[in-house]
Amino acid sequence: MKPDTAAETQAIKALIEPLQSTPGATLPMLHAIQDSLGYVPDAAVPLIAETLNLSRAEVHGVVTFYHHYRRHAPGKHVVQICRAEACQSMGARQLEAHAKQTLGCDYHETTADGAITLEAVYCLGNCACAPAIRVDDEIVGRVDASRFDEVIAELRQEERA
Amino acid sequence: MSITVYVPCDSSALSLGAEKTAAAIAAEAARRGADIKLVRNGSRGLFWLEPMVEVETPAGRVAYGPVQPKDVPSLFEAGFLAGGKHALSLGITEDIAYLKKQERLTAARIGLGDPLCLDTYAAHGGWQGLKNAVAMSRADVVKEVTESGLRGRGGAAFPTGIKWNTVLNTPGAQKYVVCNADEGDSGTFSDRMLMEGDPYTLVEGMTIAGVAVGATQGYIYLRSEYPHAFKTLKEAIRRAREAGWLGTNVAGSGKTFELEVRLGAGAYICGEETSLLESLEGKRGIVRFKPPLPAIEGLFGKPTVINNVISLCSVPVILAKGGKHYQDFGMGRSRGTLPFQLTGNIKHGGLVEKAFGLTLNQLLYDYGGGSATGRPIRAVQVGGPLGAYVPESQFDIPLDYEAYSKVNAMIGHGGMVVFDDTVDMAEQARYAMEFCAIESCGKCTPCRIGSTRGTEVMDKIIQGIDVEANIALMRSLCDTMLNGSLCALGGMAPYPVLSALNHFPEDFAAKREAAAA
Repeated sequence: MKPDTAAETQAIKALIEPLQSTPGATLPMLHAIQDSLGYVPDAAVPLIAETLNLSRAEVHGVVTFYHHYRRHAPGKHVVQICRAEACQSMGARQLEAHAKQTLGCDYHETTADGAITLEAVYCLGNCACAPAIRVDDEIVGRVDASRFDEVIAELRQEERA
Repeated sequence: MSITVYVPCDSSALSLGAEKTAAAIAAEAARRGADIKLVRNGSRGLFWLEPMVEVETPAGRVAYGPVQPKDVPSLFEAGFLAGGKHALSLGITEDIAYLKKQERLTAARIGLGDPLCLDTYAAHGGWQGLKNAVAMSRADVVKEVTESGLRGRGGAAFPTGIKWNTVLNTPGAQKYVVCNADEGDSGTFSDRMLMEGDPYTLVEGMTIAGVAVGATQGYIYLRSEYPHAFKTLKEAIRRAREAGWLGTNVAGSGKTFELEVRLGAGAYICGEETSLLESLEGKRGIVRFKPPLPAIEGLFGKPTVINNVISLCSVPVILAKGGKHYQDFGMGRSRGTLPFQLTGNIKHGGLVEKAFGLTLNQLLYDYGGGSATGRPIRAVQVGGPLGAYVPESQFDIPLDYEAYSKVNAMIGHGGMVVFDDTVDMAEQARYAMEFCAIESCGKCTPCRIGSTRGTEVMDKIIQGIDVEANIALMRSLCDTMLNGSLCALGGMAPYPVLSALNHFPEDFAAKREAAAA
């Protein structure tokens, strides 16, 4: 047994127990876990199942159905690139290629230095200011290759500071 | 007396640097000892001018934009606090042609003030609809909505009043009102603008729905891609409850209505109402069979009103001014207004609320000012990723639900994604299939497998392999998906593909074979 397993279990329990009587609690529990830990560890599945009187298969099914939930720890920052049509009309396809090339990773992967996890997203609701990306909880509009490089450089600088 | 300066807190304005602009204005005012009151308002929806700063003057609100931090010192020099002239001057906000020509009923309050300020909301006619509703009988409230002619603004255009009436007449100890705020269509942001810029309108609309059908609990199912809207809605619900607009004595009527916002988790399919209900219940977002209709067996098996954000946000004005007032706008069976969203490759992108009946030509050129790149506009995808690509020859068809469905297109949620002449329509058709494959819930075979096969067939066409035969195969596959899918995802994903094939055949056949030769 890994030394931190007990601590992780405690942390997950503390997050899900207050939501036990919430109607339809599975998604709120998974959000609480991911918001706090950055991802949904496998250990969360049996704990949620037990708390909500569901089977592990049911909870596993929910975790894997939704694109938002991550099953592995992400990098320090998550950068999402919008792949949808409005962004395509303003060069999102080129932006995607540029991002993958400069970060040296594909979607759902993390840069070698652990700084950035790259994700695809299908619309950020910023379609009049395309192409759009999301950096953690902030949306950035009209992102071309050079603006993208600026944003990434700022993130890396923050890490060094 | 302090001068009020407005800098939007809308996501799109923030995405263009509004936070830094606001900070720069505050710092410069402090440095100069100018007495200002900085208000973070919603966006007026003129996104090419964001961050758009407004100043309250005796002559009215004066606008400047787009204002970057570097422009701030010169704005102060130019006396912008008194409405002084500057290179970024836009004049009186209300007189900006883009805004002045609109017919804002649903989006009337966005941008007027701090979205969370209850006084501002009340000062601009807020809660009037709810006050009227609690004084009426349930059936009369539903009747007013029916008479307004309001149809579901999420895209399906089902008459809202009929839906409400079904829930009203279905007995049940517990009923629900659910707001579909899973605005997943590319090219749409009107839900987001309302939730961020005027959240009490949604609170009021949902409360009226609750009062009308006898539901005591409401849920807003919000997509996780909208973090700002989430924060705003949670705070709006808290304040509205504290002020007695929600809770156990709604507007002093003795009626109960509670409201909660729930986050989705990045699944496009959860914008489909039955899949959304599954998700709210804590399950995979798998589409349900209908019947039973959600109005009869909805959330947790109980009678449920489920409406889109814009539908619910149109209800307060209908109850405040009467169904007849709303019904007077529009054409044919498309009554009222729709907040259209001009997006993609467009010079003046933004929110344009107009009565039904105007044309794409008007929107694209009178409002939009043509493409952002300055190249000719070749195609507009109307109604999201499941909507058709409309060619220039159809730009003069009036925006009316029936007129659009006659040409196998749909208005949907009112999103218009503009493409210039560099677009490759075969790539767009491929993307429609790819998107459907990524987002299919997997319940029906035509959608689950058809979309993957469709992507593969499009790849062959793009590579110039056996093009004619593969186009025939593609059409046959589209026919299967159209007729054999349970919901709109599989059932409508063929529309962008077929419209691209029908209106832009030159991107599929000749060019491909030439490339392969």
